[in-house]
Amino acid sequence: MSGSGYLDAAAALPLSPAAREALLVAVDDGWADPSRLYGAARRASLLLEGAREAVADALGARPDEVSFAPSGTVAAHLAVLGVLAARPGHVLHSAVEHSCVLAAVRHAGVDATSVPVDRLGRVDPPSYAPRPDTSLACLISASHEVGTVQPVEAVAERCAGTPLLVDAAQTAGRAPVPAGWSLLTASAHKWGGPPGVGVLAVRTGTRWRSPLPADEREGGRVPGAPGLPQVLSAAVGLQAACAEAADEDARLRPLVDRIRVRVAATVPDVEVVGDPVDRLPHLVTFSCLYVDGESLLRALDREGFAVSSGSSCTASTLEPSHVLAAMGVLTHGNVRVSLHRGTTGADVDRFLDVLPRVVADLRREAGAQGL
Amino acid sequence: MTDLEPDLVEPDLVVDCIGRPCPVPVIELARALPTVEVGQVVAVLSDDPAARLDLPAWCRMRAQDYLGEQPPGTYRVRRAG
Repeated sequence: MSGSGYLDAAAALPLSPAAREALLVAVDDGWADPSRLYGAARRASLLLEGAREAVADALGARPDEVSFAPSGTVAAHLAVLGVLAARPGHVLHSAVEHSCVLAAVRHAGVDATSVPVDRLGRVDPPSYAPRPDTSLACLISASHEVGTVQPVEAVAERCAGTPLLVDAAQTAGRAPVPAGWSLLTASAHKWGGPPGVGVLAVRTGTRWRSPLPADEREGGRVPGAPGLPQVLSAAVGLQAACAEAADEDARLRPLVDRIRVRVAATVPDVEVVGDPVDRLPHLVTFSCLYVDGESLLRALDREGFAVSSGSSCTASTLEPSHVLAAMGVLTHGNVRVSLHRGTTGADVDRFLDVLPRVVADLRREAGAQGL
Repeated sequence: MTDLEPDLVEPDLVVDCIGRPCPVPVIELARALPTVEVGQVVAVLSDDPAARLDLPAWCRMRAQDYLGEQPPGTYRVRRAG
């Protein structure tokens, strides 16, 4: 679904026109194994290194610091496990990291400390206090669930001497990547590139050792041949996203403001969460009292809207979102709306027109009106 | 109610939501609280993990006094207004 009712850009975006065109060309042009020693391979190798340079430039990295991985999740796993393979030790992470980072830390079985967030979902930089045995600190660049931007550079200063992993999945291609990272991860299908491409950047000088059997590919950081056509498409998509990021920010930010204001005004008993100002340009989250999240998603789907939810009934674990939990905000009836280049003001208005009725109907069905 | 520790506030009303997922415990609390006097206490019994988060969040949104969870799965709320 790439139509006007698709409001789940933070999960995945339709391919941007530039990325789509690049993918079609690359399927014909970039099929050979770049590690071989014949003409078609040399051509593939040139394309791959060009893609690496483009991505490195967009993320503020050196090309030799950038590796392509099969997904943002694998990139994050490799980032965490590779630092701990080089130096096993304690991990310091925010309470609102993406679940893939938390899963890698749990998988490593190391001692970990979760840094709390405030009601807006933001860490307080002094809370990042590395211990002598701290091997890794992790901070997401901006929350994928509530949009709040994190003080990455201030935390990087607190963590000087300790490698800092910044999961920039929601920021890359939308805003400049914050400085101070030792390891950076991102995911192409969040910026309009194809699925199946993650980025792992490891700053020169960072102690990191491959947790997998390494080969000669991707600087020894990600074994196996990368999906070259997808990588080329991802690189072109990132360049296109960066080129239009400022315009898209200026266009989407007021649309999110419109949602924040109108939802609070037209839906009774709703809590709009996350920082209203220092936030991602395209994402807003709110929770509706007395409504179950799954019913709300289904009802909105019937109206033609695709949104996501942090409510427990929509999670395979049946646990509520750890991000909403860490913020101390309502977890049921939760809706995350995230906009993209194809979202217009008219789409947003149509959503805002439908939502109050959908919520009122669900409350009536639950016998929860007027409570 | 017999499993409440003696030093805890004795509830004036117990709402049993065991086996019922969120938002049911929140809805039941919202129904029950107006039936007790201001200053009285409602205990909600719930085994849903979201109740731990959503019952205090409701109390904050409604300016009611959340007294805490003890023993696990028993949540006390004092009617503040």
